[in-house]
Amino acid sequence: MIRSFAEWFEQAESRGIGLAELVERREVKETGVSREAVRKRIADALAVMRHAVQQGLEETGTSPSGLTGGRSGRLVAEGPRLLGEDFTAMLSRAIATLETNARMGLIMATPTAGAAGVVPAVLLTLAPARGWSDERLVDAMLVAGGTGIIIAERASIAGAGGGCQAETGSAAAMAAAAVTWLEGGDNQQVATAVALTIQGMLGLICDPVAGLVEIPCAYRNASAAVNAVASAEMALAGLDFPIPVDQVVDVMGDVGTKMDVRFRETALGGLAATPAGQEIAARAGMTELVQLQRKGRTRGEGSARFGPS
Amino acid sequence: MTTLFDILGPRMVGPSSSHTAGACRLGYVVQAILGGTPDRASVGLHGSFAMTGEGHGTRVAITGGLLGHRPDDERLRNAEAEAAEKGLEIEFHTVDLGDDAHPNSAVFDVARGEDRIAITGCSIGGGRIRVQEIDGFAVDLSGSHPAIVVVADDVPGTVARITGLIADRGLNVATVRVDRTGRGERALMTIETDEDVPDDVLAELAGQGWVHWIRNVHQLNA
Repeated sequence: MIRSFAEWFEQAESRGIGLAELVERREVKETGVSREAVRKRIADALAVMRHAVQQGLEETGTSPSGLTGGRSGRLVAEGPRLLGEDFTAMLSRAIATLETNARMGLIMATPTAGAAGVVPAVLLTLAPARGWSDERLVDAMLVAGGTGIIIAERASIAGAGGGCQAETGSAAAMAAAAVTWLEGGDNQQVATAVALTIQGMLGLICDPVAGLVEIPCAYRNASAAVNAVASAEMALAGLDFPIPVDQVVDVMGDVGTKMDVRFRETALGGLAATPAGQEIAARAGMTELVQLQRKGRTRGEGSARFGPS
Repeated sequence: MTTLFDILGPRMVGPSSSHTAGACRLGYVVQAILGGTPDRASVGLHGSFAMTGEGHGTRVAITGGLLGHRPDDERLRNAEAEAAEKGLEIEFHTVDLGDDAHPNSAVFDVARGEDRIAITGCSIGGGRIRVQEIDGFAVDLSGSHPAIVVVADDVPGTVARITGLIADRGLNVATVRVDRTGRGERALMTIETDEDVPDDVLAELAGQGWVHWIRNVHQLNA
């Protein structure tokens, strides 16, 4: 078990191995599963991610709620390519994964179903552009996994635990670490990429409209992917961040526990509780949820009871 | 403890790890305890399962689990049609299990042939579950380990004889939990093991005069 970035780097450096290899060795040691089996399982996860993206882009109908579905395809067809082909493709892959998720399609919850679009969007878009092989992508996933483990241990990866910063924020931090490492960044640059990502998403609330993992989730996955790539770009250029990454993660955990329960996946606050949000929930037949939203429940009441994770 | 594949996964059909994957897993474990897909099922949904379950396919996922599908099985989305085809009569309603119950809880009343069992469980996040009650006995099953569930006479030495039979076959026992209805009556034992308990061991246990009922719950990884 790795509990801090400091510990991860120190152990890898003292053994003279890379970050991916340390995560791989620990997984083999802790579970008794072979190295080949671990890598095969990650390769299978990448295949599921690719398939989920493809399915989301191709299916044109809406999700059962009508809130998403067909949006990723529209982005590919109509997007003006403000930052070029890859940028639009990356956004569409994030949204496509969440559209597949909303249609009860197969996805990899990396680290959660609600944030499942971020890592695939970033890695599958940059892989062909930067010439990464599938073997390298497996290594990158190990780095992403190590990053996620530390965040889960020190803070939270669940919207019910720490808001959207904990879900799409963690996913973006994982993607940023993977990209920085794959591009030859040293351990300090990986740490900076994670710190930059999280500082940019601190405080982001989880407010799923009608309690569904669709809106704003699909769009938040797209913006989280952008944040991840931006952070990797800055870290790889050698830009520094004066607060150590472990302390940045601890702040995210602290903000999460102090966040009002209405903003932690309960669908009782934020965009979910707006008049338009209530109307959508009412249309979806969630009468009890709408009643609670109208009561405007306050801190501590209701607990984290009403949303998904 | 967080493992690598808690972060890189679970592999699941959407949209929610708790409301879809966990719900499916509950249904799956219930049918495993029953010994197969029920003919009739009445399912009470509590809290968030009742309130937002519809949009998350909670009912469809539970139905799929009862049909023996795992959380990563894409047939889940067609579970309602499949249930009708296979003669699984299923009904859902809302229940209030009180404030102490986990918000994603479900109460199952399932029947298969002559067998009928009541089971309570909850989805605790990330697709993980807990089965908390079987026929009024308190249990604690996660579905992450293979397990056997035994109802036997509550007489001295019962636990030792069961775990002894398992140990004789070189199987490692992970946890043992016993709950009884009253002194000298019946006890329900859940024994989680590191590997699946072979069917012949189960048959041997089932043949003991003091064993009333026994089920094998295979490991559910996805």
